[in-house]
Amino acid sequence: MYKILKKEYLANNIWLMDIEAPRVAKSCEPGQFVIVKTDEKGERIPLTVCDYDREKGTVTIVFQTVGASTEELKAYEVGDSVMDFVGPLGCASELIQMSEEELKKESILFVCGGVGTAPVYPQVKWMKNHGIDVDVIIGARTKDIMILENEMKEVAKNLYVATDDGSYGFKGNGCDMINELVKNQGKTYTRVVAIGPMIMMKFVALLTKELNIPTIVSMNPIMVDGTGMCGACRLQVGDEIKFACVDGPEFDGHLVDFDQAMQRQGMYKTEEGRAMLKLKEGDTHSGGCGNC
Amino acid sequence: MEVDVLKRIPVREQEPKVRATNFEEVCLGYNKEEAEAEASRCLNCKNPQCVKGCPVNIDIPGFIKEVENGNVEEAYHVIGKYSALPAVCGRVCPQESQCEAKCIRGIKGDAVSIGKLERYVADTAREMGIKPEKADSLNGKKVAVIGSGPAGLTCAGDLAKLGYDVTIFEALHKAGGVLSYGIPEFRLPKQRVVDAEIENVKALGVKIETNVVIGKATTIDELLNEEGFDAVFVGSGAGLPRFMGIPGENANGVFSANEYLTRSNLMKAFDDAYATPIIAGKKVAVVGGGNVAMDAARTALRLGADVHIVYRRSEEELPARVEEVHHAKEEGIVFDLLTNPTQIFTDDKGNVTGMECIRMDLGEPDESGRRRPVEIPGSEFTLEVDTVIMSLGTSPNPLISSTTEGLDINKRKCIVAEESNGQTSKAKVYAGGDAVTGAATVILAMGAGKAAAQGIHEYLSQA
Repeated sequence: MYKILKKEYLANNIWLMDIEAPRVAKSCEPGQFVIVKTDEKGERIPLTVCDYDREKGTVTIVFQTVGASTEELKAYEVGDSVMDFVGPLGCASELIQMSEEELKKESILFVCGGVGTAPVYPQVKWMKNHGIDVDVIIGARTKDIMILENEMKEVAKNLYVATDDGSYGFKGNGCDMINELVKNQGKTYTRVVAIGPMIMMKFVALLTKELNIPTIVSMNPIMVDGTGMCGACRLQVGDEIKFACVDGPEFDGHLVDFDQAMQRQGMYKTEEGRAMLKLKEGDTHSGGCGNC
Repeated sequence: MEVDVLKRIPVREQEPKVRATNFEEVCLGYNKEEAEAEASRCLNCKNPQCVKGCPVNIDIPGFIKEVENGNVEEAYHVIGKYSALPAVCGRVCPQESQCEAKCIRGIKGDAVSIGKLERYVADTAREMGIKPEKADSLNGKKVAVIGSGPAGLTCAGDLAKLGYDVTIFEALHKAGGVLSYGIPEFRLPKQRVVDAEIENVKALGVKIETNVVIGKATTIDELLNEEGFDAVFVGSGAGLPRFMGIPGENANGVFSANEYLTRSNLMKAFDDAYATPIIAGKKVAVVGGGNVAMDAARTALRLGADVHIVYRRSEEELPARVEEVHHAKEEGIVFDLLTNPTQIFTDDKGNVTGMECIRMDLGEPDESGRRRPVEIPGSEFTLEVDTVIMSLGTSPNPLISSTTEGLDINKRKCIVAEESNGQTSKAKVYAGGDAVTGAATVILAMGAGKAAAQGIHEYLSQA
């Protein structure tokens, strides 16, 4: 059992939890992920590591309630324990595997969208701790749903916020902000790291390809075991089939087939909808699902 | 009960039409009367050939004699000297090509039904609450076992009986390896059989730590140097699925058999009370002809699909056990033999709409000794399916070999280990099971776990 030591509501159905998991906390690195399973009957939910405290033995996860399983996780409070918590899984971020000398030559821009802001945070923090200055863009639809802005401000050299509706910061999405920085303000970047919804990563990758900036994306496809066993998370990356769980989750954004990945993401949409309906309506659930 | 010495006592099974719609066990096993009658057919040979056919050399005539005399507890302890998982082996071992293949009764009539008798002993002992015998005292030495599948459980059980302090590390949330995630409920009941056998291993003093991925959370070197283990056994299995590499294979509705079976067996997706979804499919093609293909096909059938097995060779070459093929056919699974997929068609949303196949013919024997399948030009046709399950075999996970310096692997990514004692190229590290051989059977993995336990014991006794 893995105890929840902290729970915080961020915004827009996004929650943060610190979970006691000493083995994971001891060995995890930015870019890796964990799998959480609330109870005997729960699903294995893959979540990117958002922070860790090796001394306290805790790992921070951030999740948005998007289906029945994340709704269930949300119901857990401080002091409760989840049944299973396994990790770290996947490979550490490519950047943290580079030497400090190599990193010092880079000029890196992180672009985060929505709940994707959370996994970017430990990477930026790692960079700051290693004396590397990086720029960060946080994009959100509107001001109220932006998360981790203050935390990010503390670790980024320059933080740019952008909202689609212009309610806060720059008016426009992440791509508009990149254009503004590169084309209008004349900034140069040697590398972009984009983490957020697949659709956002797709368009950032299209733009950076045009701008000729190497780009890393973090993929979050459907997974079951997360250890390379099932192949549910397979992606077309260039000419190759890659498993996000063991080969990733980070990949060259210019090579990922996002359209296929998004199609695969939707594979269980009806099934998920049914599970959600069952959870919300409980025993009163009747009709509409085709099984009654 | 009347016994014809040439014929085995038939075992009761669920009716094919009934079982095709449920996940209950197909084979119902012998009762006391049937078991004792079948046991009486054993000739109790002085030089028992059956024992030679068993990868763990169980004293088969010895335990059968006890069954015949009605001493189930004694029979259980005879088997227990050789096997930690009798209820599993009695169900999933390919007895027809091992012990039973060598039975002298089999020359003129039916071989003694050794597997069904082993199962009877294990099941009855469990119902009677009989536990395996624990070591009298601990010898103060610690062994880590990686993976809680058949190889790991056997190795751990044997070492615990010898007085070692054993901890198993399992990457998944549940112990059992392929017994839990791979083999379906209707062939190997999880709670009643697998969990009970694991409890028996724990009763020997073995600790099981789930959710620990060795190679990620910690490494073999850390186990040896920091956590104080004196030796490590690697039984991490062959978990990586293979795909064909044909167009359309990433379509929605194409699964590896591993994924399909893991969803159904480990995550219990067939049971609505569990959260993990599974796409049942209306018309399913399972590509491959091994036991795993049969398991996937029969699972899909039970979820309500029409199921075809698509296999590129003929019936004779099917690698699955005869019993599994027979059961699959009885349940209504269609076998499209000498047929190979060439591409998968999809609609504009990426969902599978069909699979193009080509007819095959058998040519000259290949390196496996089986006749090589060759395509018949122009014989392509489309199988209308909405789900495709690829069951083409698996290969070992490189997670451990890539994070353990000095651990040699061969070109098939399998860990190199001595067959006699499991010793690898790295001191204090032993390995066995599918991680060494590539995908094979439960009993071969158990045999390797057993040999390695002996190897580790010899090594640590000298040290």
